[in-house]
Amino acid sequence: MTSPDILAAAVLNGLMSGAVYALIAVGLTLVYGVLHIINFAHGAILSAAMFAAYLAFQAGIDPYAAMVPLALIFFGLGYGLQRLMIGPASHDDDQNILLITLGLSIVIENLLLAVFNSDTRTVDVAYGFSTLDLGFTFLAVPRAIAFGVSCLVAVLLWILLAHTDTGKAIRAVAKEKLGASLAGIDVAHIYAVTFGLGATCLAIAACLLLPTYYVHPRVGNAYVLVAFTIVVLGGMGSIPGAIAGGLFVGVVESVSGLVFGESLGQLGIFIIFILVLLVRPTGLFGAKA
Amino acid sequence: MPKIGKTGLSRRRVLKAGVAMVAGTAAMPAYLRAQGAPLKIGILQPVTGALAFDGAQGQIGAVAAIKAINDKGGIKSLGGAKLEMVFGDARSTPEGGTAEVERMAADGVVAIVGGFASPICLAATQAASRYDLGYIVDVGVSDQIVSRGLTNTFRFAPGFGIVTKSALDNLVTLNDAAGKPAKTVVLVHEDGLFGSGLAKLMQAELPKRGFEILDTIAHPTPARDMSNVALQIRSKNPDLIIPSSYYGEFVLLARTMQQQKIKPKGVFCVLNGAASNYRFVKEFPEAAQNVMDCNHWYDPRNAVAQALKKEVEASGKFFTYNVALNYSGVLLLADAIERAASADRKAIVAALASSTFAGHIMPYGPTQFVSGQNTGAAPVNTQVQDKDIKVIFPASFADAKPVFPVPA
Repeated sequence: MTSPDILAAAVLNGLMSGAVYALIAVGLTLVYGVLHIINFAHGAILSAAMFAAYLAFQAGIDPYAAMVPLALIFFGLGYGLQRLMIGPASHDDDQNILLITLGLSIVIENLLLAVFNSDTRTVDVAYGFSTLDLGFTFLAVPRAIAFGVSCLVAVLLWILLAHTDTGKAIRAVAKEKLGASLAGIDVAHIYAVTFGLGATCLAIAACLLLPTYYVHPRVGNAYVLVAFTIVVLGGMGSIPGAIAGGLFVGVVESVSGLVFGESLGQLGIFIIFILVLLVRPTGLFGAKA
Repeated sequence: MPKIGKTGLSRRRVLKAGVAMVAGTAAMPAYLRAQGAPLKIGILQPVTGALAFDGAQGQIGAVAAIKAINDKGGIKSLGGAKLEMVFGDARSTPEGGTAEVERMAADGVVAIVGGFASPICLAATQAASRYDLGYIVDVGVSDQIVSRGLTNTFRFAPGFGIVTKSALDNLVTLNDAAGKPAKTVVLVHEDGLFGSGLAKLMQAELPKRGFEILDTIAHPTPARDMSNVALQIRSKNPDLIIPSSYYGEFVLLARTMQQQKIKPKGVFCVLNGAASNYRFVKEFPEAAQNVMDCNHWYDPRNAVAQALKKEVEASGKFFTYNVALNYSGVLLLADAIERAASADRKAIVAALASSTFAGHIMPYGPTQFVSGQNTGAAPVNTQVQDKDIKVIFPASFADAKPVFPVPA
């Protein structure tokens, strides 16, 4: 039943979806790698970012044009959130952070619900329906853009982490918090920067998703479960792992959706997920603890 | 400047006046009772969680109906008793619905209207039956709701069986009138109770009516991407697509089909979440154009319905079928209370069972309940035409001619 054309198109679709998954997962894994906590508010922040992009669109700003300003705004918000709220409230106890981010997600989600109601909203952009004819399939332009931008962001993030002082400080804090602070690194600042970067990834993902997807207060949840899976699959805290994992999960989901039926598309992901955990408990790219 | 005490408004006197006022208010209900104490009715809707949009829409209709009844002088047989809403949020889960029914029963409601989703309605009606509370199901289409022998449960709207039968009849009429251009079908459905049940019925019935089913594609809710579904549809190239999905997924599917340049002879939806929603039509006029849907719909010729539609749209909301169904459901309940001339729960249930209410805003005719199902209820077939939703079947309610097959 599956001709090579459909299979190729499904793989392509998977890569397009996977790139955005990867971007969302990168934010999550970055926060985990440095702060050693799972940010439960990740999905709620994604929803908030999508509403921000939606409001920008209502104000006449194209989602792609809003990307850089929103990325900066969300960096600021993420930074402030960690520096002024999550950090001080945690009292150096990881369990507290877990609960705070969980609480935060409930607050954000319900604030969005109170302000925007639960309507499903969409934006209609001029390029929303433009496609590239690849012969065997039509590739939607907004999805191709999402793929390109996600890859670009991944490269920029890699440059930031590998070649800047801030990046080195982030890696130092991730490896050895005490040592880093003894070397003069402001750990609270680095924590906040990392959280800000995580929020930035979400703001960019939101702007990429909006032209082809819809937004409502709980929309982030649809992406976050899969992002958690990717983070574990790729190796907790590993950025290359999150990127490879995202693309991989996108393709697996798409192809297994085609083979087993859309409802069981997730089946493929979790079978591989379990196998990876059995064979390589640290994930594909995870460091040996 | 004179002191307050010297003006005669001492603290003690102010307090006394306050106490007197409070006492007066407390004494009021006894005085009002002569004119009919307010009657509490339960309105149950999922206004948080996954179904929050539909729940909020249902709430609009119920609130509007209660206001309309109270403005007209309340329940006359009970001395003009006003209706008072006790609202419950079912939180989009059956457990949430059950908990709220328990609370409403303790709160002294005389009956309940609403529920929206089938799983919520199934659980809530059962909980209500323990308290002899009459329950009017607003939407819940699963036929299990009215086949469990619960005497308190009344469904005003058509269920699965009635809707699919009408849909199939309408489809055959439509296809025959156009010279049978459609022979092959692909079914697309969400994989929950609603979509799967519908697909199963379609799989059994469509071949009997001369249609060949090329494929049946299930998808989850929420779905992040419908590209694969579109790909499979394109490879099968059917004449007709019959989708049964909730709002978000159908919008994604319609948009993806437009992107992938899939143009079947018709998209014929059954109980679709989007095809009968003005939001979809307004936001994606191109993707929505000519989509047909067999669904609940208000009577377009009814003056009350038209006025309500204007009012709802003026407040910036969309006039969905939930509004019309809950509006009608509350009117139906008020009529039963009027005839029962009593706030007794059992008397109201008996009055509902014998209802012949015709003052609603649905295209149904007089109400008649047979084991809880309103046999007068029927869906209509709508089609999106030029950025509006028109009724194309049944002919007696239609305000437009069908466009089929859709011009390529």
